[in-house]
Amino acid sequence: MRTQNSKAFQLGIRHGIPIMLGYLAVSFALGISARNAGLNALQAGVASLTNMASAGEYAGFQVIRERSGLAEAALMTLIANARYLLMSCALSQKLAEDLRAPHRLLLGMTVTDEMFALSVAQPGKLNPWYPYGMFTVSATGWTLGTVLGVIVGNALPQRLVSALSVSLFGMFLAAIVPKAKTDRTVLVLIAVSMALSGLASVLPGIGGWSSGMRVILLTVLIAGTAAVIRPVREENADEP
Amino acid sequence: MNHSVWAYIAVMAGVTWLIRTLPLTLLRRPIRSRLIRSFLTYVPYVTLAVMTFPDILHATDSVWAGLLALISGIALAWTGGSLLAVAATASAVALIAGWFF
Repeated sequence: MRTQNSKAFQLGIRHGIPIMLGYLAVSFALGISARNAGLNALQAGVASLTNMASAGEYAGFQVIRERSGLAEAALMTLIANARYLLMSCALSQKLAEDLRAPHRLLLGMTVTDEMFALSVAQPGKLNPWYPYGMFTVSATGWTLGTVLGVIVGNALPQRLVSALSVSLFGMFLAAIVPKAKTDRTVLVLIAVSMALSGLASVLPGIGGWSSGMRVILLTVLIAGTAAVIRPVREENADEP
Repeated sequence: MNHSVWAYIAVMAGVTWLIRTLPLTLLRRPIRSRLIRSFLTYVPYVTLAVMTFPDILHATDSVWAGLLALISGIALAWTGGSLLAVAATASAVALIAGWFF
């Protein structure tokens, strides 16, 4: 059993290396936005290590930037990370029935888009040491990248920093646009979301809200409406 | 509303961990409701789109630079550009356009 665990851990480390390299770039951009929200390198590093979520962290940093209150931070994080609920539900089916609680509590930390995809692709029941291995490597890259983003952001001229902050939006686009090519519902969803978001930001009343509250309202409204009029097909429960 | 940054970080970490851990500990089964599954499937697309626009327009000093970065990012992502390529292009376009507008 022990050698099995150590084998799974080593495999996880190997598979975590390409994930880590990708994470370095994304978390660097995230570090820039953390720095723009007023976080120092330590705060940004801890936020990254304990969250491991690009959209969720960005959303949280926006709330911190506007100092909009802890309740809003909780709601924003919930919305931006809601997809992990789906992933974890799927992952729970991959765990041995008798897997003990400490493992289950720790495994939650390893559910990111990339690690989830590799974990559920493992044959048979999941050995928790496999995602632990991936997490060890990729969380190191994720945290280091964020810290670097803050440090480099502090050193570079403002014009360059603001251009670098645009790269995170580029990553968001790269995450949602390809699916829109093959799925018309997603295409319409993205177009409507951007249009309503632009409109909401200039309308009297809602335009004066914090950006976090607008994101929460629009997400619940638009995704809720889409779920009612265009529910996903039964076999098609995949996540982006 | 003047909470310390650490309080925000703690709230973010706690909520994120709960979302990921509850299904592994208490729920332990797939979500059967089609409505909830559909909602959770669509949420990331809507959230990322809403967080990107119009914020990208105000990320630099020039709205036009942001708009050009948005258009080039969408175009490259549409034609199959990798995550890094799209990110780097959007950044470069914003920087270069910033010199002109």
